[in-house]
Amino acid sequence: MLTEEQNNSGQESRRNFLKKSTAIAALTAASPLLVKAAENDEKIASYFEKIPLLLEINGKPYSLSVEPRTTLLDLLREQIGLTGTKKGCDHGQCGCCTVHVDGRRINSCLSLAVTNHGKKITTIEGLANGDQLHPMQEAFMKHDGFQCGYCTPGQIMSAIGCIREGHANSPEDIREYMSGNICRCGAYPNIIDAIVEVKKGGKAV
Amino acid sequence: MINFEYTRASSVKSATEARTKHKTSQFIAGGTNLVDLMKKGVTAPERLIDINALPLKEVKSDAKGVTIGALVPNSVAAEHELIRTKHPLLSMALNAGASAQLRNMATVGGNIMQRTRCPYFYDITMPCNKRNPNSGCGAIDGYNRMHAIFGASEQCIAVHPSDMCVALAALNASVHISNNGKERSIAFADFHRLPGTTPELDNNLQAGELITAVHIPANHFNKAYYLKVRDRLSYAFALVSVAVALEVKNGIIQSASIAMGGVAHKPWRLYDVEKFLVRKSVTQDVFTEAAAIAMNGAKTYQHNNFKIKLGMASVVEALTKATS
Repeated sequence: MLTEEQNNSGQESRRNFLKKSTAIAALTAASPLLVKAAENDEKIASYFEKIPLLLEINGKPYSLSVEPRTTLLDLLREQIGLTGTKKGCDHGQCGCCTVHVDGRRINSCLSLAVTNHGKKITTIEGLANGDQLHPMQEAFMKHDGFQCGYCTPGQIMSAIGCIREGHANSPEDIREYMSGNICRCGAYPNIIDAIVEVKKGGKAV
Repeated sequence: MINFEYTRASSVKSATEARTKHKTSQFIAGGTNLVDLMKKGVTAPERLIDINALPLKEVKSDAKGVTIGALVPNSVAAEHELIRTKHPLLSMALNAGASAQLRNMATVGGNIMQRTRCPYFYDITMPCNKRNPNSGCGAIDGYNRMHAIFGASEQCIAVHPSDMCVALAALNASVHISNNGKERSIAFADFHRLPGTTPELDNNLQAGELITAVHIPANHFNKAYYLKVRDRLSYAFALVSVAVALEVKNGIIQSASIAMGGVAHKPWRLYDVEKFLVRKSVTQDVFTEAAAIAMNGAKTYQHNNFKIKLGMASVVEALTKATS
């Protein structure tokens, strides 16, 4: 779907449709102004065109239709209703919006939803198995790895990534590889304790 | 963000054709810089061509060197066995950049194409010749602590923000480019440009051209270090950085390749220092002399005079770390 070639052919038919529907075709020679108007109509129509998008979110398939400018973060929060993922800075600087795409942690605020076609997304809501919390969620509670809690979903998603990537071998290592997640309450020592414990526990994350 | 048309390219050829056909289009891969710029209103392409499905995701090696596909994520490149063993300088530079999340998203091609982080470029209420040609430079008489000390012009004193590119410049890499079926490559040192009177142009890429890969030629460097000095220990842009690659035998430097970041509109090769170091012994005196040569021709502004002293200390430190 929607390859460059296909999109071009789609545009051709839309242009023809607009020309026909506004009965401009017959007036083409007489009125270049009206043709211009029809082309502008086409431009406006295409601006609001939604793009079909297939995603798997927390194990569930979704067939969606999104504006190209929708970020993955806004899609999750506004369209899917998964508000566990937080919007902090909205510019990739705070890490609140961290989710996993195909198992890798990313900033969902800087990722256009449409560029994730066919990908598997995991959010904070997808970690627990029923009532059984993910080991990282349990460790954050045990070590008090938060105060206000706003950055916590992003911290937990990032912490899992940190262990998966093999960069949780020492507190120094964790500090470096968790630097994309800001905690304005300053719960960093407890966050590190939580990650160290999960890493030492050796469970698959 | 102003809305835009969106298409997915299925081949390098169709991507470059689409880019040529739609003058106000841009390629998008990881989007870590472009999406941010679009949110801020710094840029507003009418069409994005998504190149994520293109087959440019391989890291390959042969007798001539290592080739990294343009769509290889920064994190994958940094951790790749071939890069870590053959070009540790590049791994170090990649890991010094951004955050783990951003490195998972950002691609090698996109890293090369990222725009300056000059705050006057990002603030659309400010004058900026790079964002809006002939509107003036807000930084030149403004708060220019982060700005260039080499190769700047009256029109622009911005610096290139990449760490990866500083290492690639030191490693004599080249950038492979495709446009409507035609291929060419540009030496890394010639890819980015100085601002001159046209600071809106960051590099020498022509309209429609797409970066497909970066090639690092095989070399004899046996000592390397990437030093990044910044306002905090991690996840900040460089005040200055130094990429050092040396070939040392029996305590004597046989060849040297050094580039600095955070000091110019492009990765800044220290050619005079490289010449000076050849056949010199590995001593602090030699490194101190090299550091003084490194700062020849530097021009500072109201708030970045500290970069001279910091630059010299960083060159000494990077050479020391590389050889210790």
